[in-house]
Amino acid sequence: MYSQGLIGADGATEETEEFLAKFQARIDREEKIEPNDAMPNGYRKTLVRQIGQHAHSEIVGMLPEGNWITRAPSLRRKAALLAKVQDEGGHGLYLYSAAETLGVTREQMTEELLSGKAKYSSIFNYPTPTWADIGTIGWLVDGAAIMNQIPLCRCSYGPYARAMIRVCKEESFHQRQGYEILISLCNGTEEQKQMAQDSINRWWWPALMMFGPHDAESSHSEQSMKWKIKRFSNDELRQKFIDATVPQAEYLGLTVPDPDLKWNPDKNDGKGGYDHGEIDWDEFWRVVKGHGKMNRDRIKDRKKAWDDGAWVREAALAHAEKRAARQTQHAAE
Amino acid sequence: MSAPLFNALLELADDHLILGHRVSEWCGHAPLLEEDLAMPNMALDMIGAARSLYTYAGEIEGEGRDEDQLAYLRYDREYKNCLLVERPNEDFAHTMLKQLYFAAFMHPYWEAALQSNDETVRGIAGKSVKEVAYHIRHAGEWVVRLGDGTEESAKRMQDAVTELHPYVEELFHMSADAQAAADKGALPDREAMRTQWTNSISNVFDQAKLTMPEVEYPQLGGRTGHHGEEMGHLLSELQYMQRAYPNMSW
Ligand SMILES: [Fe+2]
Ligand SMILES: [Fe+2]
Repeated sequence: MYSQGLIGADGATEETEEFLAKFQARIDREEKIEPNDAMPNGYRKTLVRQIGQHAHSEIVGMLPEGNWITRAPSLRRKAALLAKVQDEGGHGLYLYSAAETLGVTREQMTEELLSGKAKYSSIFNYPTPTWADIGTIGWLVDGAAIMNQIPLCRCSYGPYARAMIRVCKEESFHQRQGYEILISLCNGTEEQKQMAQDSINRWWWPALMMFGPHDAESSHSEQSMKWKIKRFSNDELRQKFIDATVPQAEYLGLTVPDPDLKWNPDKNDGKGGYDHGEIDWDEFWRVVKGHGKMNRDRIKDRKKAWDDGAWVREAALAHAEKRAARQTQHAAE
Repeated sequence: MSAPLFNALLELADDHLILGHRVSEWCGHAPLLEEDLAMPNMALDMIGAARSLYTYAGEIEGEGRDEDQLAYLRYDREYKNCLLVERPNEDFAHTMLKQLYFAAFMHPYWEAALQSNDETVRGIAGKSVKEVAYHIRHAGEWVVRLGDGTEESAKRMQDAVTELHPYVEELFHMSADAQAAADKGALPDREAMRTQWTNSISNVFDQAKLTMPEVEYPQLGGRTGHHGEEMGHLLSELQYMQRAYPNMSW
């Protein structure tokens, strides 16, 4: 994943009306905006923040699942999980590259993540205490990511849209793989079924929160929609996700932990859809602001990897410089 | 023949599983993002080879044990991996050196195994020989960068050499089972890899400005299940699910 409905974006611009109108006209013609094109400052800033948050989410997202690589229950699952976590790292890499086209460096973005200035999806601040969580994350978290990201494949900013096309293919593979883990559990023993149910109990609501606050509270959504960075509102995407996911839970024989969940035939312009209970937004904001169970551990882990790796990065740089110097000397002789 | 080949295949399979496990411990914690992608690649190659080797060992044994039963459901004294692969990761210098030492052995080994009279062994060798060539390149480049990088990295690299070198000798040792499998032409003779191993390591060490230490007392015992203390902790993680929830499929 995992672009959460953008947290705290500031799309304020100062350009002339004429410039803004011309830019908007390009957007309205569905032209892709490329790195060297003129763009409003707010557009650039919104994208830097969104792509950065998205990249950080991929990187931090490696940790909760990485937690099970050494304990995976079979060699097949171990290999699949390793490959999945590696894919997420790859997503982080494409996204950092897409953000770099807007004039920020990966180092700057990393520093912002480690200092707590940059956000990442709050879903990764929940722990993965059981193996079932690996299935549930694939199914619900990658599933929610896909809902968020498919429209991003048509994002007005070219490099972001292209990165998303590649990422989405892998996310849907992750989603199926996660669901398949849960099928094995749900076809298994009573302990395995309980493990799966306990896992959906813990992940259902946080997964719904991945779409971000209600539209009414999502302050900068409107501008992002106008710029076609965003194509659907948070609530629309959340509803699509619920409608797609509830039948999958039923197929598994798992209960969605929402007593107010009810089929409503009049929803979605008469096509039908699910009414659902109220999300605990206090919990959402608490976790976004750093008070989830794993916020501190996630940053501590990332910081440790970064700090412990400093000597390696320095050595690589020093070696490259020595090499270059030797080559110049060689050429001069 | 079947018992020695079974055991010799387990030696190989355990080497790959345990080293793959060690490399996979890095996933998400690497010094740079590019290594968070490269290390899982190596781990995947190792675990992939282990799976093929266990599966084949299980077929040879003929008692219906599959890859997971062999990988997860033995006691610590029954694991036959060499001691090198179970050594803890320590730092990035140790990790890359361990990978290089092992790959520099496995490359000529798999090349020789392409001539095996056993078709399955030839198949596994054909796939692995290419993977291992990449491991030598990747790990070797890092050993050079770190050995000839900063003062700190050079010291860490030389420390890793001092610490891991006593475990090298075991790579070339032939257990009675490995010998029997070699005598039948099913698997290569480990001793025969010594020259190639030394050449490829010397080549890297020259560029890395590292010195090859003399080892007076090599550390042996892995092939007979005499492991170090760290091995038990590795196995308690590896086996956790299979032991806590026996007889379930995942
Ligand atoms: Fe991803
Ligand atoms: Fe994913």
